[in-house]
Amino acid sequence: MMNNVSETLYPKSWKKPPFIKRSWLRWSIIIGSILYLIAALLSMDINIQRVLEGLPRGQRFIESFFPPNFSDNRGVVWEGILESIWMAIISTVVGVALSIPIGLGAARNLAPLWVYMTCRFIIAGSRTFPEIILAIFAVKLFGFGPFAGFIALSLGTIGFFAKLLAEDIENSSPAQAEAVKATGANWFQWINYAIQPQVMPRMIGLSVYRLDINFRESAVVGIVGGGGIGATLNTAFSRYEFDTAAAILLIIIAIVMVLEYASSHLRKWVQ
Amino acid sequence: MLKLENLTKRYNTGDLALQGIDLSIPGGQVLALIGPSGAGKSTLIRCINRLVEPTNGSAILNEVNLTKLSSRALRKSRRKMGMIFQEYALVERLTVMENVLSGRLGYVGFWKSFFRKFPKRDVNEAFRLLDRVGLLEMADKRADELSGGQRQRVGICRALIQDPDLLLVDEPTASLDPKTSRQIMRLINELCQERGLTAIINIHDVLLAQMFSQRIVGLALGNIVYDGSPEGLTPEVLTKIYGEEDWSATIEKVDDEYEEA
Amino acid sequence: MVVLKKQDELVWKKRTTREQWINWFYWLIGISIVLFAWKIISDKTVWFFVQDAPRQAADIGSRMIPPKWSYSFELIEPVWDTINIATLGTVIAMIIAVPVAFCAARNTTPHSTVRIVALFIIVSSRSVNSLIWALMLVYILGPGVLAGTVAIGLRSIGFCAKLIYESIEEIDANQVEAVKATGASNLQQMIYGIIPQVLPTIAGVGIYRWDINIRESTILGLVGAGGIGLQLNGSINTLAWTQVSTILLVILATVFVSEWVSAKVRGAII
Repeated sequence: MMNNVSETLYPKSWKKPPFIKRSWLRWSIIIGSILYLIAALLSMDINIQRVLEGLPRGQRFIESFFPPNFSDNRGVVWEGILESIWMAIISTVVGVALSIPIGLGAARNLAPLWVYMTCRFIIAGSRTFPEIILAIFAVKLFGFGPFAGFIALSLGTIGFFAKLLAEDIENSSPAQAEAVKATGANWFQWINYAIQPQVMPRMIGLSVYRLDINFRESAVVGIVGGGGIGATLNTAFSRYEFDTAAAILLIIIAIVMVLEYASSHLRKWVQ
Repeated sequence: MLKLENLTKRYNTGDLALQGIDLSIPGGQVLALIGPSGAGKSTLIRCINRLVEPTNGSAILNEVNLTKLSSRALRKSRRKMGMIFQEYALVERLTVMENVLSGRLGYVGFWKSFFRKFPKRDVNEAFRLLDRVGLLEMADKRADELSGGQRQRVGICRALIQDPDLLLVDEPTASLDPKTSRQIMRLINELCQERGLTAIINIHDVLLAQMFSQRIVGLALGNIVYDGSPEGLTPEVLTKIYGEEDWSATIEKVDDEYEEA
Repeated sequence: MVVLKKQDELVWKKRTTREQWINWFYWLIGISIVLFAWKIISDKTVWFFVQDAPRQAADIGSRMIPPKWSYSFELIEPVWDTINIATLGTVIAMIIAVPVAFCAARNTTPHSTVRIVALFIIVSSRSVNSLIWALMLVYILGPGVLAGTVAIGLRSIGFCAKLIYESIEEIDANQVEAVKATGASNLQQMIYGIIPQVLPTIAGVGIYRWDINIRESTILGLVGAGGIGLQLNGSINTLAWTQVSTILLVILATVFVSEWVSAKVRGAII
């Protein structure tokens, strides 16, 4: 190496090498993003006047949230909340129960190809459409009420839970699975002793997380007629009873906080 | 040049990590700090640049009492104390050059450092240092692409570009293989000679400590139990520092001819 | 785990008898709750409709085939709007979420009160579904794409900030300490020690959320906040089933493409 050279031989400036090395690609990405943002903003068609008009209305709207009215005369708020909770519980339980065989089937290291493809197809189908679209169809088929919401949330749970379960199984340690297989265990024993202990803690955490999601989603399936607190919330909005709406939102936030706290504790306890 | 007086550290847990350390180090001395894990070696050097706040006592560097400084003045003093870490502590997702230049952060304003606009002299010095440790071609590599020995060399450059008066070295060889360990220790030693630097080196390996330092301080349970020359490390002294063990193999004089120059 | 001695034999059991009883007891409570929930739901269900559902499904299904392909040209603009809502909403959310995350992370928050405020912002943004945000914003901003974009933005702040602040709390403190030891100021420690470590997470979270937002923005039209949901709602209300199936297929395609794009981009960044 050139050890005894004078200082002047070393460069006096240095630039961080760019993240994208090919300069044509870098510049086309930068220019492309700028053009897209301009086009998107233009097509937003922001009507400044409408927004300005809306601001005082927004202020009145927010003011009418206070004070939140928890003691509504008809008791519908608490009824709605309870219905949402029951809906969330039952759809989580049913959804998770249905997810287990589908998740096992969607793990490439457990299932033969045709089972794998079928299960992956079911998962992809239920993941693509938001719960609310599922709820619209469920309401069409099963009529208004919590049953439709329950069906929609259960289907949504399958897409979420089965996918994560399958991925977790695929990532589980093959060494442990091999060791149990080597003892001559049959398929069910193998699942029970080699796979279940590896994925169980995370799955319990995820179930509670999904319960949390289902509770929050139950607040919107009601908007399209799927029962629960969403129906109450929608009624409150359409009757301009914003203080009741505020109370409902605060209750939702509180319950979500409790669930989150509970799930973090449960996860620590399980592991 | 560096003077520690009654330096004490009690952690929130109640553990007394340093029990009133008195130590004075003249300029240009390379001092090795040995002792078992938990003896307070790391705490001691971190109390000097106050990455750990000492509970009591003072550390005086060139007439400045570091323990009394405001946070602004402390930052200024930290510029004069280069630190080399166990496990290198490079910012792994930055390039080698950025890691070296980060040694100049105390001298450069926020926006200049944000846009990586370091003064020409600093950049030039960074290249020179990288060349000195044999990593000139690696300047644009990301730190996590380097091997352990290479990373520690970058760590050394980062400390030296600060143009320090004092080098604080925390277990520089803890995760390196024996050969690389020697190379790194030799490099640190050479650089200290070249620049007349004072250095405190925490080290586990008694042999390496003897080979590469002029003075050895043994620490046990937060107290200095030995302070003297490398030759003075007898089995009795080692027993005092580390406890009972057969030390005869450890203090055998090392043969330098087995190493490559 | 217990090992008992029974008639000169060692018997291994996973649980003691008492533990076993407690275990059964928990199962009993759990099952009762589920059964009770089921009873409440089924009491409110008109079972006649449910029995009729398969016939209904077959009926609607047959009306949906074949999809009205010509209608898909009219969907180009709604799809463009949907993508814009998702993208701009994600951009807005990320701009706000990053500072909120730094305020919420234990190791970077300026003050513990600030942290509580940040955590409250995160939880309230997360708790309220984007459709409800949209419902409220339509009242304030009027129906249209703007309300949808803001709704997606507000909903995504909490999600993104939560994932980012968790990764900030998990950074390697040694790297930050090393930068601190050079005499760097707090802001410099941030840009040299912390941000390089969390940048991949920030980018990953943004892309992940964008992918979710594409899905979410397909439904905002139901409450008038723009995007393809508007057409879906209209078609369902007018019982134009061939249009509904076209819309569903278009949504399917959009989601599929967005998933592919996000996987590609994520692969390139991380």
